[in-house]
Amino acid sequence: MTTTEHKPHTSPEIGGLGHSRRRVEDARFIEGRGNYVDDITLPGMLHMAIHRSPLAHARIISIDTSAAEAVDGVVAVVTGELLAGYNLAWMPTLSGDTQAVLATDKVRFQGQEIAAVIATDRYVAQDAARLVEVEYEDLEPIVNPQRALEEDAVLIRDDKEDQTSNLCFEWESGDKTATDEAFAKADKIVSLETHYPRSHPAPLETCGIVADVDSATGQATLYMTSQAPHAHRTVFALVAGLAEQNIRIVSPDLGGGFGNKVPVYPGYVVATAASLVIGQPVKWVETRTENLISTGFARDYYMKGELAVTNDGKILGLKVDMLADEGAFYADAQPSKFRAGLFHIVTGSYDYPAAYVTTRGAYTNKAPGGVAYRCSFRVTEASYLIERLVQNAAYELGLDPAEFRSSNFIQADQFPYHSPTGFVYDSGDYETAMRKAMDMVGYADIQAEKEQARKEGRLVGIGMASFTEVVGAGHGEDYDIIGLKMFDSAELRVHPTGKAILKLGVKSQGQGHETTFAQIVAEELGIPAGDVKVVEGDTDNTPYGLGTYASRSTPVAGAATAVISRKLREKAKKIAAHLLEASEEDLEWETGKFFVAGDPESSVSIQDIAFAAYTNPPPDLEAGLEGVHYYDPPNMTYPFGTYIVVVDVDPESGQWKVRRMIAVDDCGVKINPMIVEGQIQGGLTEGFAMSSMQHITFDETGNCLGSNFMDYLVPTAWETPRFELGETVTPSPHHPIGAKGVGESATVGSPAAYVNAVVDALQHMGVTNIEMPMSADRVWHAMQENSGG
Amino acid sequence: MYPSKFDYLAPETLEEALAVLAERGDEVKILAGGQSLIPMMKLRFAEPATLLDINRIPGLDAIDIQNGHVRVQALARHADVVRSAVIKEENDLMAGAAPWIADPIVRNLGTVCGSLAHHDPEGDWASVMLALDAEVVAVSKEGVTHFHPGADGTQHTGGTRVISIQDFLVDMFTTSLYPTELLTEVRVPRYERGGGNYQKLERKVGDYATVGVATHIELGDDDRITKAGIALTSVYAHNLKVTDAETALVGQAPSDELFAEAGRIASAACDPASDTRGSAEYKRHIVGLFTERSLAESLKIAQGGQS
Amino acid sequence: MNITVTVNGTAHTADVEPRLLLVDFIRTNLGLTGTHIGCDTTSCGVCTVLIDGTPVKTCTMFAVQANGRSVTTVEGLKQNGELSAIQQAFREHHGLQCGFCTPAMMLVGTALIEENPDPTEDDIRWAISGNLCRCTGYMNIVKSIEAAAETTREGASS
Ligand SMILES: Cc1cc2nc3c(=O)[nH]c(=O)nc-3n(C[C@H](O)[C@H](O)[C@H](O)COP(=O)(O)OP(=O)(O)OC[C@H]3O[C@@H](n4cnc5c(N)ncnc54)[C@H](O)[C@@H]3O)c2cc1C
Ligand code: FES
Ligand code: FES
Repeated sequence: MTTTEHKPHTSPEIGGLGHSRRRVEDARFIEGRGNYVDDITLPGMLHMAIHRSPLAHARIISIDTSAAEAVDGVVAVVTGELLAGYNLAWMPTLSGDTQAVLATDKVRFQGQEIAAVIATDRYVAQDAARLVEVEYEDLEPIVNPQRALEEDAVLIRDDKEDQTSNLCFEWESGDKTATDEAFAKADKIVSLETHYPRSHPAPLETCGIVADVDSATGQATLYMTSQAPHAHRTVFALVAGLAEQNIRIVSPDLGGGFGNKVPVYPGYVVATAASLVIGQPVKWVETRTENLISTGFARDYYMKGELAVTNDGKILGLKVDMLADEGAFYADAQPSKFRAGLFHIVTGSYDYPAAYVTTRGAYTNKAPGGVAYRCSFRVTEASYLIERLVQNAAYELGLDPAEFRSSNFIQADQFPYHSPTGFVYDSGDYETAMRKAMDMVGYADIQAEKEQARKEGRLVGIGMASFTEVVGAGHGEDYDIIGLKMFDSAELRVHPTGKAILKLGVKSQGQGHETTFAQIVAEELGIPAGDVKVVEGDTDNTPYGLGTYASRSTPVAGAATAVISRKLREKAKKIAAHLLEASEEDLEWETGKFFVAGDPESSVSIQDIAFAAYTNPPPDLEAGLEGVHYYDPPNMTYPFGTYIVVVDVDPESGQWKVRRMIAVDDCGVKINPMIVEGQIQGGLTEGFAMSSMQHITFDETGNCLGSNFMDYLVPTAWETPRFELGETVTPSPHHPIGAKGVGESATVGSPAAYVNAVVDALQHMGVTNIEMPMSADRVWHAMQENSGG
Repeated sequence: MYPSKFDYLAPETLEEALAVLAERGDEVKILAGGQSLIPMMKLRFAEPATLLDINRIPGLDAIDIQNGHVRVQALARHADVVRSAVIKEENDLMAGAAPWIADPIVRNLGTVCGSLAHHDPEGDWASVMLALDAEVVAVSKEGVTHFHPGADGTQHTGGTRVISIQDFLVDMFTTSLYPTELLTEVRVPRYERGGGNYQKLERKVGDYATVGVATHIELGDDDRITKAGIALTSVYAHNLKVTDAETALVGQAPSDELFAEAGRIASAACDPASDTRGSAEYKRHIVGLFTERSLAESLKIAQGGQS
Repeated sequence: MNITVTVNGTAHTADVEPRLLLVDFIRTNLGLTGTHIGCDTTSCGVCTVLIDGTPVKTCTMFAVQANGRSVTTVEGLKQNGELSAIQQAFREHHGLQCGFCTPAMMLVGTALIEENPDPTEDDIRWAISGNLCRCTGYMNIVKSIEAAAETTREGASS
């Protein structure tokens, strides 16, 4: 089923699946004509700046806004008290918790929103925001989840009636008894305790809004940085009590999202409320610091994994216990049934009967968020843990990590594969992908070089990850966010001249939807992709959808597009039969036209059919060639692959450098190989960032130590490794076009490969773990602690 | 992130600039490249009442040779140093350090003199100049009395002062410059047979040093070290010249053991803090290691292995 | 304070507060929104424009400092209705995804090619190391600049 070649069926002129079609959206971006939220200026527009808490945990004694109000140009200063009058001081989170919009009782993290200044000028708004005076009574800042769950820890969420501790949730998955039995039979138990550090998606464009509420008509037009405009509209209707038909959310061009633009933030709500009250448009755009200290973070899982293995190299079972640092409000953006997201995919690419996962989440005095940062919900943490564990297990058993993986892989003929935690993997061929990556890197040669290097005083390491991702949430039965089922939609209208417009419920943040979704239509209907305009991000003009994150656009909205195209093709066939005066059964389809079987001369093009749909429809058929489809996926899709990293480590300084990075990905059928490659390269870079430099920490007072780009490190072109890409193609059997989605595999799979490589270089010293990010300092300490140095 | 309001003056002659300084003194901040000052103003760590932009003063941007010195004037940018043929020819340590400053775009504006005047203990240039025994030249309006706010009662009547770099760099973010003075140049002695090198541990381009080590050595005809300079970045309250290590080298024939000894002295002399960049123990180790490595590299250059 | 700044060949005169950052002058006063803002610490480079041909970060420069100088923004890359070599190359080689870093990357690439018509991969990576991209992983940006250099060389030699 796996092939390495996948030839397009359509000509380049049509530009269906498999063509590296140049991107439509680039035309505006390369001329500087992108339209991002901050580029929007409306007549009479005011500017908002937020006063935030410098403290992580404190009771608010008083808030004095008089000095701010006195500044020339200030129109209003909004506090939580004022919002409370509109019942807006608190709002729901995507995980069914509540979050303060503007703090009234306590501040619960550094950077929390306290008051907002609305002024005629951005500079003035910021001047005045600094003048808001707040008197505090200090409370103990709780800066880690371990401390949060101790008995004497002060209660962070004293606003919640039934909350008596800082425990935020408990969740489990898998079969405890079966797992205990597996462990009882094991020869060895290999364990690893590690922390997946707090990270932030940090798209280069921060979050923002231009809220334009017409107080006379009640019509609210909200231009905002939203990866999920429809869901946000519903949240706004629920939060603000506005009639949903009067809310139009426009998500214009997004300067990256990576999960950061999934939640609803207090700034959006305050700006909207302010616009409503004042009757003028209000713009709020975060500074980078505001973005990093207050909006959706990712990861921050403390994980303990244990793998039960036999001496001859078989995995019998897996146990994982985790503690999640959720911040002050539980605001994970993930399906409500799964409190730890899809972490239970942690059994990975391997076949064993038993697994048991337990998770507790704790409130701490940190920003809320828990977004799926360029990954599917919590799959990054899961993939990291299992791929790190597998390498350590191989070492303990004295086996080659690749061979150990190989002897435990789910085999190609086992799909659909039922995992011990309840997933049904759709398709895969892990062995082939791994062998391909090993060939590309020259695995045996590197292993041999390692020995030689050590003799010369050099350190070389090779590490791999054979990950399985799970994306495309998800079937409505199991997957919803705040009750909204996780379907997605596509509306296709073929115009009389044979050109078409496709409207989607998802929202691109750089993935090139305007290009790729047109290719799906081209593939299915034979209308040249260049004749298909793709529209998204405007709730008044697109069908309802849950949005773009967790690599769900291709699996869900892509499927919706294929299905609606096929439905229109069915209708087109009826029209063709009418035009050709043939019976439908006698018609055959070839890209872009129907013809009479056995008489290829008698044919009619999709363009002619489209024209006829409006000018000459069959008498028994309604006119037009349009339709909408809501696609509820029967299952998720499971992209996979093998990444191999080769590093050189400086034995004296602990500095390490990636020499090679091989990525063999299998994302099923590719719509646009050029774009897929681009997505993978981007994801590999973020994986590199997390493993090498990027994390957010806090000092003991809850002061954020990653609050700007001098401290929160994003790699530049200089540090970023050069990647070598390979592929296998294993179509998804249940997806209409066999695609699996790819935006995030590389972020999920690669961190373990980088860490495994560095650990491998140091393994002979007895090093079994180095925490991310692997600073030179940490690598050096690992060597010191293990070599008796 | 916006600065608070200020008055802006952009004189076109040095005299005018000095007059403004003499008149407004304390409340004025000189704006050179702005690559330290403007970020601080945006964060409101600095709120000067007046900005004196010196970028329109002609004749202040040379990198050249004057009286046995390599001279870098106030408006010479980091990028000018990177590109300068004079520097390439004359001074290996400066040539080696310049590409490590900030990032390529920041280097197009930031100045060497501004960096020295700023005296951020994480700045690289101060270490370079300490290792090279540089001097700075400060000027102020003649014929008026200038007061130094820091050092009690210190005053002078204006004109040109030549200050050794060690006297110039007082403490972190503090120099011996009077608020009414303008730094016009930094200059370093030329040398016959020597080599220099800058080693910097940074986490990414644009990062300040976790540890920076500047070394410079000169060799006599007998191949012994006649002059040595070693200074450290980011591992002390200010840039640290390791005089003991320098002394240990002078008069000796270079060797691995000798450089290792210099590394040990440097490592003992520094006093780094543990922070997100690394533990104190690690930084101390790196100081020793990089001092040794840097000296070896400087020697290689001095011996003509590379220049 | 009254200033005159030539932007993409057109002189603009305006009365501005001294504290107005050049980036806000370009974006707000002139409405040229292709120049972006991405950080508070002079780290990301999405605000980069060319001043008299040299790339600078306009979030760390006041508009008054640009008085009398000549600024090129992304909107000025197109000449006589034709996309420049670098614009074409970014499109051809998929050098952009969300497009937020792109204007700055193209301007820095333009300045690099001007100074060094035949840059190596390392030269390019070094030149753009003051500019962050969160989407692409840089490989295609490098490729785009390489390709633009090549077309520019061919154009110059023909
Ligand atoms: C992102 C980023 C990364 C950086 N990384 C590094 C790095 O790795 N290493 C490093 O060393 N530096 C780094 N810097 C700082 C950079 O080198 C600055 O250019 C330098 O510190 C200051 O020079 P300037 O000309 O920009 O000075 P300005 O910012 O203009 O001025 C700085 C101070 O010096 C005073 N001053 C300036 N010139 C004079 C003068 N002629 N006479 C008297 N006083 C004067 C000013 O009044 C002000 O107080 C970085 C800066 C940024 C923005
Ligand atoms: S906005 Fe980030 S460097 Fe200018
Ligand atoms: S393309 Fe999105 S930041 Fe570069």
